[in-house]
Amino acid sequence: MTASPSTDLTTLGLSEARDELRKKSFSSVEITKAFLANMEAARSLNAYVVETPDKALRMAAMSDEKLSRGEGGPLEGLPLGIKDLFATDGVRTTACSKILGDFTPNYESTVSSQLWRDGAVMLGKLNCDEFAMGSSNETSAFGPVVNPWMPPNWTAERAKAAAAGTDKGGLLVPGGSSGGSAAAVAANLCLAATATDTGGSIRQPAAFTGTVGIKPTYGRCSRWGVVAFASSLDQAGPITKTVRDAAIFLKSMAGHDPKDTTSVDLPVPDFEAAVGRSIKGRRIGIPREYRVDGMSPEIETLWQRGIAMLKEAGAEIVDISLPHTKYALPAYYIVAPAEASSNLARYDGVRYGLRVPGRDVIEQYEMTRAAGFGKEVQRRIMIGTYVLSAGYYDAYYVRAQRIRTLIKQDFELAYADGIDAILTPATPTAAFGIGEKSAADPIEMYLNDIFTVTVNMAGLPGVVVPAGLDDRGLPLGLQLIGRPFDEETLFSVAQVIEDGSGHFRASRWW
Amino acid sequence: MSVDQATVRRIARLARIAVDDAAVPHLQGEINAILGFVEQLNEVDVSGVPPMTSVTPMRMKKRADIVNDGGDAARILANAPAREDDFFVVPKVVE
Repeated sequence: MTASPSTDLTTLGLSEARDELRKKSFSSVEITKAFLANMEAARSLNAYVVETPDKALRMAAMSDEKLSRGEGGPLEGLPLGIKDLFATDGVRTTACSKILGDFTPNYESTVSSQLWRDGAVMLGKLNCDEFAMGSSNETSAFGPVVNPWMPPNWTAERAKAAAAGTDKGGLLVPGGSSGGSAAAVAANLCLAATATDTGGSIRQPAAFTGTVGIKPTYGRCSRWGVVAFASSLDQAGPITKTVRDAAIFLKSMAGHDPKDTTSVDLPVPDFEAAVGRSIKGRRIGIPREYRVDGMSPEIETLWQRGIAMLKEAGAEIVDISLPHTKYALPAYYIVAPAEASSNLARYDGVRYGLRVPGRDVIEQYEMTRAAGFGKEVQRRIMIGTYVLSAGYYDAYYVRAQRIRTLIKQDFELAYADGIDAILTPATPTAAFGIGEKSAADPIEMYLNDIFTVTVNMAGLPGVVVPAGLDDRGLPLGLQLIGRPFDEETLFSVAQVIEDGSGHFRASRWW
Repeated sequence: MSVDQATVRRIARLARIAVDDAAVPHLQGEINAILGFVEQLNEVDVSGVPPMTSVTPMRMKKRADIVNDGGDAARILANAPAREDDFFVVPKVVE
């Protein structure tokens, strides 16, 4: 696409905006202003929890100076949104929890610092589930985010009226935990956004909003300065409009960081070069265990369509078995809460954030944590505390970690057989309504992550690409799972799906 | 396995989260639902399977054992809910 004077700059993808900025078709200040105007007009979606217009315009002006001299980094002048889980120097960072109060870090997360190093412009902080614990963005202390995709058969007036309320009832969730990131990208409130994924928090929201989301291999991106949920599962990654955009963005986010001991000291490939590469002769595995009860028939159709596209592009389709798949979700609900209970022990009202006074220091801890943590976070901390407590540690935690080994081995066997990537559905259904599942039992919500959680358990890379609409007109995605540190193959294969499926954009009603 | 109400109170105490008596039955139900869900893990034969201790097989790097940071009390205390000079203030811990 070439930007003419009439082009709405906010509809461009990251790669298009990058190319046009370099050609000086418009300035970074111009596109930044366009996004700031969109953000103001879209406040009812509740995607941003902090807007940083002054900072954005300052950064954009500096970028324009560099661009005018023919200089600038790979993301020079490109306006981005940052999930509120990333510490941003001088900008409130709360993981969307009351317990962090008005916490304002005086340091920058490694991932976001690399974006600024490469010239990107920060628009603000994006809403998410509290401490990234949720699959619908409904656990945020700042309230739910609205999916820019309107509920089927609604009128714009009805949606506008519902969005004006605080409970946003009846509108659709954007998924979670990176719901603000996904909604902001889908609604043209930023070119692309950072996100994090512990059990599916990049990929499920991408599927629910018709955007692209990649969780890279564990260790690819530094976790330093990212609010911790479950340290052995957490990874940062981008949510973008296209596969190419994701490749460009991930290159800037990734890289070794001595401040994170689990960050891997490997060169970061030129991911963009992999976009458009032929997949002829690549072997794509189709795992039979991903055909689950309660999966909508449209998901099966979508999956078959994806298979046909890859076959058409010359890939070899191979039926495979990942026998321990069904145990990934229950094992996750031991490992993740256990690590969370340990990580979240630091929120005690002593050094930062909320403090509720008590008679003694123990009561102060208990009152602070009861008032500061939301219900879902409290529940997970308590489960984690229980499975790590004396007498239960072996029965729960150690058993779950053994099962994790088996889940990882399933993938290793498939890859040893010459499989290059695995194609699966992204979610069992399309986006559901705000308030529809949160009142129900927690397991029902957890089942959203059934196809994505195995990837975190095994530390593998996974990408979700929009692949179609359901019969009600809502976006659906397909997931590709790769070999460790082979995100390049994922980008090549994902581009084939994108080429075959086209793009899916929500129309503006807000 | 399921937990009784006394256990819910004990977990809350260990987790340092104040829980109202009225909230205990509900919390008990939710925790038991999750414990019921994870029960299926007992079907798996895990004998001889090592627990996963490292996601990526690599040696943990260690930094040099030297002071590389510090002397910056003002930044450390910048977000403190209560402070006095260069100290965090908490209720009396030792009588």
